[in-house]
Amino acid sequence: FLGAGGGNDIQWCFSQVKGAVDDDVAEADIISTVEFNHSGELLATGDKGGRVVIFQQEQENKTQSHSRGEYNVYSTFQSHEPEFDYLKSLEIEEKINKIRWLPQKNAAQFLLSTNDKTIKLWKISERDKRPEGYNLKEEDGRYRDPTTVTTLRVPVFRPMDLMVEASPRRIFANAHTYHINSISINSDYETYLSADDLRINLWHLEITDRSFNIVDIKPANMEELTEVITAAEFHPNSCNTFVYSSSKGTIRLCDMRASALCDRHSKLFEEPEDPSNRSFFSEIISSISDVKFSHSGRYMMTRDYLSVKIWDLNMENRPVETYQVHEYLRSKLCSLYENDCIFDKFECCWNGSDRQVIFHGTVTLFLPPLCSIVMTGSYNNFFRMFDRNTKRDITLEASRENNKPRTVLKPRKVCASGKRKKDEISVDSLDFNKKILHTAWHPKENIIAVATTNNLYIFQDKMN
Amino acid sequence: DMQEKETVTPERAEEAKLKAKYPNLGQKPGGSDFLMKRLQKGQKYFDSGDYNMAKAKMKNKQLPSAGPDKNLVTGDHIPTPQDLPQRKSSLVISKLAG
Repeated sequence: FLGAGGGNDIQWCFSQVKGAVDDDVAEADIISTVEFNHSGELLATGDKGGRVVIFQQEQENKTQSHSRGEYNVYSTFQSHEPEFDYLKSLEIEEKINKIRWLPQKNAAQFLLSTNDKTIKLWKISERDKRPEGYNLKEEDGRYRDPTTVTTLRVPVFRPMDLMVEASPRRIFANAHTYHINSISINSDYETYLSADDLRINLWHLEITDRSFNIVDIKPANMEELTEVITAAEFHPNSCNTFVYSSSKGTIRLCDMRASALCDRHSKLFEEPEDPSNRSFFSEIISSISDVKFSHSGRYMMTRDYLSVKIWDLNMENRPVETYQVHEYLRSKLCSLYENDCIFDKFECCWNGSDRQVIFHGTVTLFLPPLCSIVMTGSYNNFFRMFDRNTKRDITLEASRENNKPRTVLKPRKVCASGKRKKDEISVDSLDFNKKILHTAWHPKENIIAVATTNNLYIFQDKMN
Repeated sequence: DMQEKETVTPERAEEAKLKAKYPNLGQKPGGSDFLMKRLQKGQKYFDSGDYNMAKAKMKNKQLPSAGPDKNLVTGDHIPTPQDLPQRKSSLVISKLAG
């Protein structure tokens, strides 16, 4: 495993945990998305109750050089409310499906948050001074009788306690008949896409009353429906390129320069299936729940029920690497189907995008960012990491029992069959209600955010 | 036959278990029915099928139903928005911010 000691292996330590301790979890508190902003200074979570909580990393304390800044609450607001569609008699959940940050352009921060039907652009801004000394208004806001004013003064800004305000700046509504599963901001920083089960739309961040439909896989006859869109993402560098994954385990890459409606893919990534292995479950477990480009855009990673696959964009006929997340579940598929766990949608993420910097005499070389570790969640509050270079993997647990800061987390092991060793846990003892669906990796440092059902854990590597 | 069992993949063995429990399980799990259910997530209430059933007084007939559907407001009356439990927005601050 990646473990304590040796070489460049990361040693993960508990840093913080956010959320209630009690076991009785209210539906609204279920965390539904986790996302760092581009600098890593801010960490946003969305929940089933439609609320967004943003944490801010403390500036590094020079006297505490052994740990990086802690994350504290910066802002929290109600992003989406429950709605009722009277025309279709259906309830629109306020659950936040995804949050995506815009790169910072000025003092304020912007993020997109979406539920099943509506995307909102939120502006988060700081106010640390206020004007005082108006001529016609008292400090409490009451108007002064102008006839009592005998001298004039110039109002000045005085410092006040920091106030962080969130305001909705754009609401992108009424463009999705089906349920939105993804949003992705384009590298042009002007447009973004939103994807539902059957369609993908392209928006301009400034324009809310129009969006362009760029993918439509709805068949003329719904009886012929064979697959749905499960995730979509823009290429990190090519503003004309995006990918979308399907419930049948395929990924399609589309080029918006080719045509206005990208129903015909430019590339189709699909691993051939061994027909002799096909079963009732094959299609269900091949459904891709997440797709993420590497930072360079050369590779993409997909997550299906049992594995993580790395694809080279230049090779469509099979992934270049496959990592088994919890292969022992293959012999439990019957019960996982009965309790619906087989439909759980796990996400995956790459490690941060630190560029390699090499100093050679007077020349500094900046090499492309390394995407060498991938992380994804599992059951029993376990999460897994795979090192692409060493081919080693590790299983860790997000649990309050491990919460001693700076103590390296102990690797976990699941015993698939046979005699269980002392520290192992047997498959039948796994708690399938404790799922880690959402994880995020700080863009620059070895800090990770791992969401259990209603708690957010932050882990850091052990600094020397 | 022990030899046959050894060549059965874990997935196929699980499939056999499922089929033994639910003999009427459709042949195409990835096909329309399954996907249609996914597309209709959240559609719990009145539709014209329910209305017709209420009119024909289908209460006495045994209808196949899966567990979760028992809680649906369907069948013998047509719900109006006022009848539905009001979903209030969360006025409570998230516990993550506590």
